[in-house]
Amino acid sequence: MIRPDLAVIADWIKSGSKVLDLGCGDGLLLSHLQQAKQVSGYGIEIDPQSVVTSIRNGVNVLQMNLETGLSGFDDHSFDTVILSQTLQATKHTESILRDMLRVGREGIVTFPNFGYWRNRLQVMRGRMPKSDAMPYEWFNTPNVHLCTLDDFETLCSLIGARVAERLVIDPQGRSVQFWPNLTGSLAIYRIQPRG
Amino acid sequence: MKGSRSVGEVAPSVAHFDKPLPLASGVTLEQFDLVYETYGQLNADRSNAILICHALSGTHHVAGTYAGDSRSTGWWDNMVGPGKPVDTDRFFVVGVNNLGGCNGSTGPSSIDPATGRPYGSRFPFVTVEDWVHAQARLADYLQIRRFAAVMGGSLGAMQALQWTLTYPDRVGHAIVIAAAPSLSAQNIGFNEVARQAITTDPDFHGGDYYTQGVIPERGLRLARMLGHITYLSDDAMMEKFGRELLTEAPRFSLDVEFEIESYLRHQGDKFTTRFDANTYLIMTKALDYFDPASRAGGNLSAALASAKAGFLVLSFTTDWRFSPARSREIVKALLDNSLAVSYAEIESTQGHDAFLMENEDYFAVVRAYLGRIAGEVGA
Repeated sequence: MIRPDLAVIADWIKSGSKVLDLGCGDGLLLSHLQQAKQVSGYGIEIDPQSVVTSIRNGVNVLQMNLETGLSGFDDHSFDTVILSQTLQATKHTESILRDMLRVGREGIVTFPNFGYWRNRLQVMRGRMPKSDAMPYEWFNTPNVHLCTLDDFETLCSLIGARVAERLVIDPQGRSVQFWPNLTGSLAIYRIQPRG
Repeated sequence: MKGSRSVGEVAPSVAHFDKPLPLASGVTLEQFDLVYETYGQLNADRSNAILICHALSGTHHVAGTYAGDSRSTGWWDNMVGPGKPVDTDRFFVVGVNNLGGCNGSTGPSSIDPATGRPYGSRFPFVTVEDWVHAQARLADYLQIRRFAAVMGGSLGAMQALQWTLTYPDRVGHAIVIAAAPSLSAQNIGFNEVARQAITTDPDFHGGDYYTQGVIPERGLRLARMLGHITYLSDDAMMEKFGRELLTEAPRFSLDVEFEIESYLRHQGDKFTTRFDANTYLIMTKALDYFDPASRAGGNLSAALASAKAGFLVLSFTTDWRFSPARSREIVKALLDNSLAVSYAEIESTQGHDAFLMENEDYFAVVRAYLGRIAGEVGA
């Protein structure tokens, strides 16, 4: 069973395209894309255990630190650069997004929506939110740059990116249409350089 | 590693080649021997062979021990064996001593059939590419058309990389560990100091010391001591030896005082009993000459365009001889050619020597990658 956001990403990726997956974890998305969409590509991962699992899963994985930049990659060398549930854990979030759109023709970004009503409710009750998408305590979370849909879209315009497509889903994996910044728990964006 | 064993007792074999081998230097070697060892079983379709290439001072004796000598363990015994990352229950592993060597393959200390005397100074310089051509002759001899993988560390890794360029259809994967796409000026500088130590030894006799009944022992010893400094990281040396003295207090003497001095002298002495000075010169020159990019106007990406293999590239964080940045140059060139490549940068305090040491992350990566290859070739 593939994560709902990964299924959407697979749907958006063109067959046979060249993909770079930033923070590829165990490599399951790339492995799925290789089989379902005949993509070629590479995953980038920093964690040694995840690198081993990715290799075992038949994925080309490069152990590198996203935070030090994608300087090893030429401009427009990939069709799509994916940042799946990693954005919120990046330190240099803005420069990583800029680099994504330099290296790829487009980017796909997914992240937990901090503006989801259950999160807001928990904050209103006086506690930091915890959920399936954000299972950590405030003191041990790797998530340093959480944001809402509106926050993310503001950053996109700041860096000259255009939102080409957006899908927001609830914890059951259903697409939400109304007040997505309130009713959606997970956001999936396809972004492209403007102009 | 639990569940892993030694390949046990092994014995070397010698293959003789009569067909002349043209070398990069323009010289042709009329005939030569290669000494090799094999571990595991070649499968029915002969698709599960792995070639292990050795580094500067390595040999064909990769794993196991020789009969009657329990201390004769192969140089990569922790990596190669039943249940080990290079699993000899699944793969047929070949270790070979390179041309110019001093362990049974034709080299400067071998008898030149034309003169009946050791080659000495008349032994030709050889390059990494020459070695690969010679290894391909051995593959023919063993009736291995295509290696599932060619692997090595340091100078051995350069041979693995060269295989994918010289014989792109004869290698499925290259495992390139602690390598560089070419030596830096600093690397060549260290090699030159080592060579000068040997060639200025009064017992060198222009390379023809065999007939003089001497060996340039002092020079070879110094060369090895220098080498060992570059194989370890500053941290690893400090961790291992610190500033420890052999005696309670300084003796204000030029005798061995610090532990590190004792270690280097011991390594140097040990080396002179097992290694030939001319071979050391030839091996270091092969390192210096290695530069596949030079064939493509200095463009490594263009140089690697002929490769078809899958690649696993590994580097070690504290390796300053061939730093991770040098491995990333190789990775970048492979990416430019859209080749299948995985890269791991292994956390280690051991410096360049890390490629010979057991390390959980390192071995897990190699094991996972070879597991994939085993699946591909049905091993």
